[in-house]
Amino acid sequence: MALAKPYADIPGTTIFDADQSRKGYHLNQFCMSLMKAANRERFKANERAYLDEWPMTEEQKQAVLARDLNRCIALGGNIYFLAKIGATDGKSFQQMAGSMTGMSEDGYRDMMIAGGRSIEGNRYIGEKK
Amino acid sequence: MARVTASVYTSHVPAIGAALDLGKTGEPYWQKVFSGYGFSKQWMKEHAPDVIFLVYNDHANAFSLELIPTFAIGTAAEFSPADEGWGPRPVPKVIGHPELASHIAQSVIQDDFDLTIVNRMDVDHGLTVPLSLMCGQPQAWPCRVIPFAVNVVQYPVPSGQRCFRLGQAIRRAIESYDEPLKVQVWGTGGMSHQLQGPRAGLINREFDNAFLDRLIADPQGLSMMPHVDYVREAGSEGIELVMWLIARGAMADVAGGPAPRVAHRFYHVPASNTAVGHLILENPESQ
Repeated sequence: MALAKPYADIPGTTIFDADQSRKGYHLNQFCMSLMKAANRERFKANERAYLDEWPMTEEQKQAVLARDLNRCIALGGNIYFLAKIGATDGKSFQQMAGSMTGMSEDGYRDMMIAGGRSIEGNRYIGEKK
Repeated sequence: MARVTASVYTSHVPAIGAALDLGKTGEPYWQKVFSGYGFSKQWMKEHAPDVIFLVYNDHANAFSLELIPTFAIGTAAEFSPADEGWGPRPVPKVIGHPELASHIAQSVIQDDFDLTIVNRMDVDHGLTVPLSLMCGQPQAWPCRVIPFAVNVVQYPVPSGQRCFRLGQAIRRAIESYDEPLKVQVWGTGGMSHQLQGPRAGLINREFDNAFLDRLIADPQGLSMMPHVDYVREAGSEGIELVMWLIARGAMADVAGGPAPRVAHRFYHVPASNTAVGHLILENPESQ
């Protein structure tokens, strides 16, 4: 029996379940290595060489190099692990989250100040807004 | 005997810690957040516990994907603030209570909850931000703290019902400890927020306020809510709210005692990506 995924019909949302975790194991463990200041320095000095030390897929490495967080998540990344890349780049959680929405940094910040993204129309894939 | 005097519930947004640590509390954006905790800091002084049993989740800091404990109790003498990638927060070390923590572990495990016992663990913003919100910026935290980490990062995460029952077992454990300690149980995380994907920034005020209402008046019913409702209605990271049910399960009314007194309630949007919710519930007979 496959994993039950009652959350699969929620729009714009990837749940970090065992399937995603298996796919993203090395990607997330690479992120975890950035908690050490020395590793952050080595990564910044030569990102590609540092990534090549990890048994990640080429697609995962490209997504990291491009800082494409949506792609990283599709490939098994989890936001709390990916946040270590953001910390290395000096980005806040708000900048990271905003970067996945297609909005500008200011646009996202203003949306949050105005009360955030509405739940209306955002519960089910294909739901009419 | 030890007793549970109160429970405290609060969001643990990392940006709140950063705002405090970087001296931004006077900015209008942050003033609105901190205004909800002025009462709480005074209340903490007037109702100082001996120990806080602090339920939170680790955010890929103490635990990577190598080891994913569903429930982990910190039994060490002390815990250091974690370096989450931005450097450790400049806050005091957390002083544990190994004797009480070990007693709770023994009691709760024999009550059929399989806790992981942790003797070495750094504590991240999930634990230190609530302490900062409730205690301000002291040189040392005002009491001992037992960290209790819940996995809400990788599915499967524990159900609301499991958390609520665990809180009841924790209450039994605390109340069977010989020393006359005053213990508060804190539940942290939430409220609605989503940090990932095109739906990031989701906030659901109606859900959050209904959650607060039901947490006060109908925790048993609330504990039956399935995970998918949290995720759909309160965002992928809104699932953290199951942790509040652990603290609520430790209150006297759940064990047949009197209803809790609502000492304080606060709700504000936003802090960074997140809706901030906060409650203080007192056990009237245990003050």
